[in-house]
Amino acid sequence: MPVAPESTGSGGPLPTLRFITCGSVDDGKSTLVGRLLHDTRSICDDQLSAVEIDSRRHGTRGERVDLALLLDGLLAEREQGITIDVAYRFFAVPGRRFVVADAPGHEQYTRNMATGASTASLAILLVDARKGMLVQTCRHARIVSLLGIRQVVLAVNKMDLVDFDPLVFAAIDGAFRTFSADLGFASVTSIPLCAVDGDNVIGDSDRTPWYPGPPLLECLMRADVRTTDARGPFRMPVQWVSRPNQDFRGFAGRIARGRIAPGDRVRVLPSGRESAVRAIVAWQGELPSAMAGDSVMLTLADDVDASRGDTIVAAAAPPAVADQFQVHLLWMHEHALVPGRQYLMKLHANEVTAVITTIKHRVEMNTGAHLAARTLAMNEIAVATLSTGRPLAFEPYRESRPMGGFVLIDRMTFETVGAGMIDFALRRASNIHWQALHVDREARAALKHQLPRCIWFTGLSGSGKSTIANLLERRLHAEGRHTYLLDGDNVRHGLNRDLGFTEADRTENVRRVAEVAKLMVDAGLIVIASLISPYRAEREQARGLFASGEFVEVFVDTPLDVCEARDPKGLYRKARSGDLTNFTGIDSPYEPPPAPEVHVRTVDMSPEAAVDRIMEMVSPDEGRPGPTS
Amino acid sequence: MPDAEPLSDLESESIEIFREAVAAARNPVLLYSIGKDSSVLLHLARKAFYPAKPPMPLLHVDTTWKFREMYAHRDRTARETGMQLIVHVNEEGLRAGVSPVTHGSEYHTNVMKTQALRQALDTHGFDVIFGGARRDEERSRAKERIFSFRGRGHRWEPRTQRPELWNLYNARMRPGETMRVFPLSNWTELDVWRYIGAKRIPVVPLYFSMERKVVRRGGTWIMRDDDRMPLLEGEVEELRRVRFRTLGCYPLSGAIESEARNVAEIIAETASATTSERQGRLIDSDQPGSMERKKQEGYF
Repeated sequence: MPVAPESTGSGGPLPTLRFITCGSVDDGKSTLVGRLLHDTRSICDDQLSAVEIDSRRHGTRGERVDLALLLDGLLAEREQGITIDVAYRFFAVPGRRFVVADAPGHEQYTRNMATGASTASLAILLVDARKGMLVQTCRHARIVSLLGIRQVVLAVNKMDLVDFDPLVFAAIDGAFRTFSADLGFASVTSIPLCAVDGDNVIGDSDRTPWYPGPPLLECLMRADVRTTDARGPFRMPVQWVSRPNQDFRGFAGRIARGRIAPGDRVRVLPSGRESAVRAIVAWQGELPSAMAGDSVMLTLADDVDASRGDTIVAAAAPPAVADQFQVHLLWMHEHALVPGRQYLMKLHANEVTAVITTIKHRVEMNTGAHLAARTLAMNEIAVATLSTGRPLAFEPYRESRPMGGFVLIDRMTFETVGAGMIDFALRRASNIHWQALHVDREARAALKHQLPRCIWFTGLSGSGKSTIANLLERRLHAEGRHTYLLDGDNVRHGLNRDLGFTEADRTENVRRVAEVAKLMVDAGLIVIASLISPYRAEREQARGLFASGEFVEVFVDTPLDVCEARDPKGLYRKARSGDLTNFTGIDSPYEPPPAPEVHVRTVDMSPEAAVDRIMEMVSPDEGRPGPTS
Repeated sequence: MPDAEPLSDLESESIEIFREAVAAARNPVLLYSIGKDSSVLLHLARKAFYPAKPPMPLLHVDTTWKFREMYAHRDRTARETGMQLIVHVNEEGLRAGVSPVTHGSEYHTNVMKTQALRQALDTHGFDVIFGGARRDEERSRAKERIFSFRGRGHRWEPRTQRPELWNLYNARMRPGETMRVFPLSNWTELDVWRYIGAKRIPVVPLYFSMERKVVRRGGTWIMRDDDRMPLLEGEVEELRRVRFRTLGCYPLSGAIESEARNVAEIIAETASATTSERQGRLIDSDQPGSMERKKQEGYF
């Protein structure tokens, strides 16, 4: 590929600008990038002839070469004439190297646009001159702002279709400046373009004599490529601990911020242990210093313990450690965010459990208005409170992308479902201390001569949970056990009277019952919880509150048609007639447990037999602490 | 302040990727195909874990049709690095006599590369597989994530790739699922050569120009490395100053006429080339979207 002579020598480095093209569908993003590559002579002859062949098959430009096909590398993209996923292309001109992420415009593929934007330092936002700003233009502008991109080029494309009318250009430019006033952009440059013909792409166009410049390429040449990461105090998340032999312990990671040299005092977070850097170990000898962006291996002067996920920081200026945060969140999955549900969170080299405890507000795309929200659907943005399973060293995203950007991962499917940016820590976590109690759970249980348990019944409405749970409690009571039954219907009259039957409310319902059950188990009781609890994630979360063996999941397995035929409360009839919505099994899903401790198939097993089975689990004969012992 | 050394950003990114992937892996492996990209990949792996050895073996999926100089380079590399080298051949395909000469590039590639790779991965139970693919090689590669998730049966689903923000790589997998990891995603062909030059990384001598006996076929120069590939009617071998931009099975690797005898000359030639490096490869262009289709079947 033809590139500038400057980039071929082995001498100095060439500054690299990473940028993204975004905007609504059909505004011409891929065509613009294709034009940039073509006009900077970055396309090889064989690639161009492949595109010429494709243009005849899939092209949207009649006899002309469709440059978008250079970018749309997937078959589905070429067939449908749309961009689905982000393409990364590389080109260079004298003095600068470029990495461009060509993002899809469809709302459906916003997550791929965010992927491309996360590593960019400039965004080209395209607008079709005929259409002006659309919802998707606004969404992309907000995501660009959210991800901390401060340099924006507003490319008003397809100017040929509005006869290069300066008034059209001025109106769109004005509308965007008004819209983006609050988005924190340091620079906005508007350019009238015709990507198909190349007007104002690499050189001035004689069809826009009223536009003083600059053309797009000049804008990209002038853009700021410096990062601020090298300034600021030293931070390095530990990715890997190397112990090839007894005498060597190296901490490997990529420096997120600042610089480091042998002798510098450092602290390991969250433990707080201090030491000094002994050496920066490298392939050919040791390094005298290293800075943000470098992947290094550090050895320390003292035998300090640190493992993957810990952070080595400047001892004199450590970052905060917290487990409760205010965050900005972009949701990226068809399945909406459920507050209270546990997700996995990846923040630098950490992977911890995390829960969105509350959504403070959702951000409306067009106006930026703050709207109340209980869940977050795909491609929506919110400000929320997040609580993590362990305390983490962090910095606000605006100060450090690597120390403040995170993703959320679904615990069941392991799909990446959300992207977030830490705004600040909420101090509540450090203010609520655990009160150490002298009478502990073992002491309370011993007084009752029993092993506390949480016996969790799950199953469809009408499956027989309550019948078996009641029978079980009577049996336990008759044996002199101290019990309590938390019934799903009953708690909804009091503790959970504010909750409905949406996914978010069901999740909160289960969470509260699990927490109450935990307190009661702590008090020494055998707790029987009986509620539909349709989602696997929440049942697993409930299990996580208890010690191993303490939580006994009982799946009351009754086929839907049998439950519906029984219909003890007449609810199925109402659900079928549409008088009742969000009814499990009808218009709301039930996720059966894959491996319950007790699986009761009610079609083959009487309630008495089921109780016998559960009793075996709850009171094993071995070492059974009966009331008379 | 700009970085002190050219390519240090790319190098640091690649090393970070290696360390992240190994931290998440149960049983990682480095797919070593002997070419220049594999050479750079291996060098970066050794840097990432130095002073320890990279905690993974090398895997060469051998079609038995590589150049003899490639086999020599492979064995020398394994000896010098002290890393375990696993060579896998699709024995069934070998017994059936599948060859690029008689069966055509597509069938040969499917049996001896794609199926062979899947066999090797399944046999050894590798879950994280490092490869040297770069985004600038081909249109569908430009779309692929650095951590490229593969479902059961090693399938790539280009329409449902996981979002990959910043340098946060989601390497979580369920049993039977695997991850292809591409530390060189953001390198270009020129970057690779500049790095080879700067770090003095040994590569197969076939990359450097010299007088070689070649035959004109399919619009390119083919070097008959042994007697398994007969001359066709009317073909005559001649001596030409040629070199290879990419290396694969010798009947499928086209040479270019070139005077570039060392890395510096290759860099100069690459910088002014008007054709892409994959042009000499006969396997990419055998059908439209062929690379994407191969990847969906489990090819790299």
